[in-house]
Amino acid sequence: MRGNQGPQRILRPANPFFIVFTLLGALAFNLLPWPDLRLVPDLLALTLTFWCIHQPRRVGVGVAWVLGLAMDAANGALIGQHALAYALLAFGAHVIHRRVLWFPVWPQAVHVFALLLLSQLVMLAVGLIAGGTFPGWLVLVGIGLSAVLWPFITDLLLAPQRAPDDIDETRPI
Amino acid sequence: MEYQPPQFFKRGPAPLARLTFFGLLSVLLMVLDARFQYAEPLRHGLTLAIYPLQQVATAPVVAFNRVSDYFSSQTRLRRENAELRAQQLENARSLLVLESIANENVQLRKLLDARQPLPSPAVFAEIVYAGRDPFSRKVIIDRGSQHGIEAGQPVVDGEGVLGQVTRVLPLLAEVTLVTDKNHSIPVQVLRNGLRGVAYGSGDGNTLELRFIPTNAEIQTGDVLVTSGLDGIYPRGLPVATVTSVERDTSASFAKIRLAPAAGTNKRRQVLVVQYRENLPTRAEAETKFRAAESKETKRPARTEGRQ
Repeated sequence: MRGNQGPQRILRPANPFFIVFTLLGALAFNLLPWPDLRLVPDLLALTLTFWCIHQPRRVGVGVAWVLGLAMDAANGALIGQHALAYALLAFGAHVIHRRVLWFPVWPQAVHVFALLLLSQLVMLAVGLIAGGTFPGWLVLVGIGLSAVLWPFITDLLLAPQRAPDDIDETRPI
Repeated sequence: MEYQPPQFFKRGPAPLARLTFFGLLSVLLMVLDARFQYAEPLRHGLTLAIYPLQQVATAPVVAFNRVSDYFSSQTRLRRENAELRAQQLENARSLLVLESIANENVQLRKLLDARQPLPSPAVFAEIVYAGRDPFSRKVIIDRGSQHGIEAGQPVVDGEGVLGQVTRVLPLLAEVTLVTDKNHSIPVQVLRNGLRGVAYGSGDGNTLELRFIPTNAEIQTGDVLVTSGLDGIYPRGLPVATVTSVERDTSASFAKIRLAPAAGTNKRRQVLVVQYRENLPTRAEAETKFRAAESKETKRPARTEGRQ
């Protein structure tokens, strides 16, 4: 992790299969039969934000849009509602991706909270314009939980890219 | 002009261009879906594509339910057994009464030369998951067009009307609950036959009976059943009970709150009733009615004579 705790480490390149696997895993998590979806952190949005920030050339607006369509179909929601919100999320992540990684993880989580809040507000506006019921402010709880999960998600998803500490005793310098 | 900087990093279109493209595409899809229902094929395709993933996701929960069923304690089973026995006795008594009443009803209907209500078959289904979209009250059941489910069929549980099938996929169907904001159901007060239409109130757990005058004869505790006027719901299924009636003399209608009879938030097993009443469509009915009217005006003497 870059940031100002300790020395910067050079990461290994990300495995594309791992990216696909984690995105599908997050989608499966979102498809679990939750009793109340508003209190559940949107793991797919979080994973998507993570990859948009860390691998902006591999995961971007297009991937986010397709995954959003899948969420819409699974939820029986208006087609395009999640797609629009996720596309905006991916764009926002792309805008901040150069800057945000210079912060420590918790301030990063604040940035992510703002992004998730923005996409959720767009979804809320679309849902209300389309004639839905107001889902209540409990949706903020889910976003807050997502943001709190950010440091852990970062640790988890960066783990395969971290090289093991291989201290070479005979190194000349 | 022919000089271009070498592309070290091929990045494709700018993110803002992509956002504009995909944003407009989503808005287009939303309009198509909400206003014209053209997005259904896309929805079917997507749902089929994520079906395996969905099965994987629901598998642990299903397995947990099975295992907890298996390990349910003996005392609980005995208690439940005793309760069911008592209930069965009670039901048997009412069934006997019902049988005689049904026979009597058949006789009376024959006497009146009325149509026999057709017995409607029902399909047993289980709720796979509920309430995913926070903007509406819907559940997904594990039977679809492969099992003969069609859009518009009513769904009931042990206690009353749960809702209506609104969208059918090959292996799943979406049921809009009676508590959904966009759902309305014609009802009748069981006690005195007062008719009305119950709407989902949108807060998720209650219904409202709208456009009932303040002086109407309705009180807390009244049971509302389907009136069967719509041709979608069979007659006489319990829908809700009245929980509060506010009669404000400055308003022309009473504010009546209802609690749904069906366990809209707790049941897992439901029945999809394949009820089909061949009512004439509204246009047909109107033309027939007009024809009858014009005949009557042409030959008033004959009709009077027949009476």
